[in-house]
Amino acid sequence: MSNGILVFIEHKAGVLNKTSLEAIAAAQQLASAIGGNTSAVVLGSGTESLAQEIAAYDLSKVIQVDDPKLADYTPDAYASAMEQIVRSADPQYVIMSHTYLVRDFAPKVAARFGKGLIGDCIRMNVDAGKAMFTRRIFLGKLDADVVSDGAAPTFVTFQSGAFRGDQARKGSTAPIEGMPVNVGDVRMKPEAPFQEVKQAVDLSKADVIVAVGRGIKSKDNIALAEKLAEALGGDLAASRPICDAEWLPIDRQIGSSGQTVAPKLYVAIGISGAIQHLVGMKNSQTIVAINKDPEAPIFDIADYGIVGDLFEVLPVLTEEIKKLKS
Amino acid sequence: MKLLVLMKQVANKDAILRINKDSTWIEEADLSFEVNESDGYALEEALRIKEKVGGEVIVCSMGPQRAKSVIKDALARGADRAIHIAGDNVVHLSPFAAASVLAEAIRDEQPDLIMTGLQSDDYGYAQTGVILAELLGLPHATIVIEIDATGEQLRVKRELESGWYQWYEMPKPALLTIQSGISQIRYATLKGIMAAKKKEIKEVTPSAEIVNRPSHQRIDKIYLPQKSKQTQFLGGGDAKKGAAELAEKLRTEARVI
Repeated sequence: MSNGILVFIEHKAGVLNKTSLEAIAAAQQLASAIGGNTSAVVLGSGTESLAQEIAAYDLSKVIQVDDPKLADYTPDAYASAMEQIVRSADPQYVIMSHTYLVRDFAPKVAARFGKGLIGDCIRMNVDAGKAMFTRRIFLGKLDADVVSDGAAPTFVTFQSGAFRGDQARKGSTAPIEGMPVNVGDVRMKPEAPFQEVKQAVDLSKADVIVAVGRGIKSKDNIALAEKLAEALGGDLAASRPICDAEWLPIDRQIGSSGQTVAPKLYVAIGISGAIQHLVGMKNSQTIVAINKDPEAPIFDIADYGIVGDLFEVLPVLTEEIKKLKS
Repeated sequence: MKLLVLMKQVANKDAILRINKDSTWIEEADLSFEVNESDGYALEEALRIKEKVGGEVIVCSMGPQRAKSVIKDALARGADRAIHIAGDNVVHLSPFAAASVLAEAIRDEQPDLIMTGLQSDDYGYAQTGVILAELLGLPHATIVIEIDATGEQLRVKRELESGWYQWYEMPKPALLTIQSGISQIRYATLKGIMAAKKKEIKEVTPSAEIVNRPSHQRIDKIYLPQKSKQTQFLGGGDAKKGAAELAEKLRTEARVI
């Protein structure tokens, strides 16, 4: 009989990925609602200190899988090891953070159990022992409540920020259990990860950020946003399509593939608010959205919104701010 | 090299979405459709690889008859032939079921490289490609932004988080999921559109056994997102008035000026 919850712990060369604490928080909440134990699994090579770090949380145990084939991440090795752990632990739920790494290998594991992931969830509700997971669809325009009808295990991934890592409950030291696995053939050979350009611009320290998206329509129009940024004494940033088009350099990109920021003021201009962008800026103190589409998801997290033509708004806004500042 | 590109037709990005009366999906009548954004980039990369090393590009799309417009557009851009997995019952498949149907339809083609977008703009599951690779027994890489297919081994550059990248080497055949925005997508030329008319579109029907298999996940209901913040909308439709009000609010309420 399947029982309990298994949490996947992600790390880079032994350094914990903080979203894994969010996964622990999610798993602990789910466990207290449906009953059962929560255990965590760490895959890698030489991860003793990480396993000890995780053992400080309120878990029934930490499963540590140490194998040289797991030293560098590959989907083949991770899926092979994870499949064996899930079969042996036989949990009701496997909880993971929806990171790029998890997206890469977890569907492969789930497929070996004849299913997919309930992926990228933002919320969870348990009613009479039945869990319901909410995920965003249509690039964030709608929410879907999803239930699992099939046999255990159910694989669930949560979007970064869906739970708070600082709410992961600590406990008395959980036992660390080494578990041998037989990692199968690894067909891909990874080279060392690298950063393309030294990040010239560190937007994480900015107090004010003015960010532009698709709605700005052309490279020349970015000057309008630049003037607003100047008036506010802030930095210029962008959503992914703008950097892809090379209208602004990639070190000004905000979002899951760019920088994560939390300024005092974030002005989103012509940005619809795809999830990938929102995760990079949703913790900003005050969020302003200017967009012609009243249904744009960016308005869901905005404190102030203007529905209208940004080309009419920007010059007036810049002038008004200059007046107030002088 | 035999390249197979999976492309999905999804609701137009700018479409106003209306929820159906059962709250299980959107109203599809009167909706405009387009190709899933990242799948368009997958096709572009496949065409570029074909131009470099030669071979054939096969496009495969799953969906009702309306999906033909995505297929015809891909053929006009330069794909050589197409497979249409046709049916009204394949739109709402779970990622595992969708991958199972795709596997069944393309297995005998034995492509050297299968390419698709990293996720769909409607359901956004971001896993059908990976599950398909597993079902076909192929190695895969996700969120790929550059491909070197000239050598014996495949070299692909993957995007990691926070501005990090990594190259992977793997044998062919393989499956890659492609990130949006990694190249400039070509337009269909008039010549391409004319040539497309003569290209083969093979229509196949998915086996009922797979489509009707009970799914492990089910949408209970869909709805407009609960707002996490109470947004103050300014200007009441007058953009200039909104701008003036906003400046004032930023000074008096948010105190950032």
